[in-house]
Amino acid sequence: MPPDSTSVPWPVAEGYQLSVDGRTRTVEGAWVGESLLYVLRERLGLPGAKNACEQGECGSCSVLLDGVVVCACCVLGADAAGAEVTTVEGLTATGSAKDIQEALVAGGGVQCGFCTPGFLAAITDLLARSPEADELEVREALSGNLCRCTGYGRILEAVSAVQAERRGAGVPGGLRAPGDEDGPR
Amino acid sequence: MRIARPVTVDEAVEALSAEPGAQLLAGGTDFCVEVNFGHRRPAAVVALRRVAELRERAVRGETVSLGAGVTYAELSGRIAEVVPALAAAARSVGSPQIRNAGTLGGNLATASPAGDTLPVLAALGAEVTLRGPAGERVLTVGELVTGVKQTSMRPGELITKIEVRRVRGAQQFLKVGTRNAMVIAIASAAVVLDRDRRELRCALGSVAPVPLRVARAEEMMSEAIDWERVEAPPGAAARFAELAAEASAPIGDHRASARYRRQAVRVICERAVNRCLRDAA
Repeated sequence: MPPDSTSVPWPVAEGYQLSVDGRTRTVEGAWVGESLLYVLRERLGLPGAKNACEQGECGSCSVLLDGVVVCACCVLGADAAGAEVTTVEGLTATGSAKDIQEALVAGGGVQCGFCTPGFLAAITDLLARSPEADELEVREALSGNLCRCTGYGRILEAVSAVQAERRGAGVPGGLRAPGDEDGPR
Repeated sequence: MRIARPVTVDEAVEALSAEPGAQLLAGGTDFCVEVNFGHRRPAAVVALRRVAELRERAVRGETVSLGAGVTYAELSGRIAEVVPALAAAARSVGSPQIRNAGTLGGNLATASPAGDTLPVLAALGAEVTLRGPAGERVLTVGELVTGVKQTSMRPGELITKIEVRRVRGAQQFLKVGTRNAMVIAIASAAVVLDRDRRELRCALGSVAPVPLRVARAEEMMSEAIDWERVEAPPGAAARFAELAAEASAPIGDHRASARYRRQAVRVICERAVNRCLRDAA
């Protein structure tokens, strides 16, 4: 059906715009069935989110979509138009995940490194939502990210180290205000 | 493949009418996997993410009204207090990433035998509203889900909302799998102890083509319970679980044998009933 034969617009075949890490990016000539992960990696030159299972099982493609962590392989690129996509490249460029990166490296939470971008996205999401998460909450929050090297213990320790550091530094937005039971966000 | 991005339900219905056979896209956690693996390649997609009406969720009096686009992650807080079994089922789905994307309407429309919210909605007696070119109609889960990944949705229809009544009593959702996260249920059970209607309702997941209400077991247990004291005689819960296991019709596959699934039903049904009795007492 040609685009003009109906009152309902089919605007994507001619390209669409994504907001990625604060920048507007135009996607041209893409097939609508391409996942956000494919579009980020193959069309926009952002290979940080990793392509592994392509079925939402491993978490290595985790990105933030409008501030919540999702698997980029389970989002159609064309359906992310209008949403704010934050990739691991964005998290590292702004320095907002620097302490998480450093804690993972210092604590041995990175071995082969393939899962690390996904963990960075998931840990960023967790600590924004629940800075004082206890170990069970951390385990639940990271249960969708697979790591075949570390056995997870050192990743959990790194999260704990970041929490301690942020607590000590009084990172703005990183701590609940007294009496604020719901925390930020 | 083309994509329409309606922002209202009317626009979504219009888009579906304009492109018969278009695939509805909600959270994408089922559909995108099928596209990634080359199993599906529809000519058109109607993406529902921007339809604000589908994202609404509210507790009004004794009724919880949930837009079809409400995510598993959003089935928490106040909603969890009113329909705790639904919140428990939602929390058992996939991972945080999946729960942030996947939706209640998507779970129903995909109609997988392992859809975690389906047995809960069946046991709660949920009403599912669909809208299409001919207007609205309301179905029970049993009327909507007709087979393995089969529904009675008509061409041009979409699910708009799911309504469940607050039940005075107790409710439980239990699920068996290899770990707590990222598990497709081997067997699941939802049990609702309804003190006002003096009935116990139970639906099973992953052990039949559709979410399975176990009528004989429900009747037996509803009669066995002393509704004034909310107690059951010794052995009643075990008998209930036996009847539920008998009613189940599991297949054996790579996840579990039929025999294991039936045993799992026995265990989780007895446990769920006992927990309901404990919580309601």
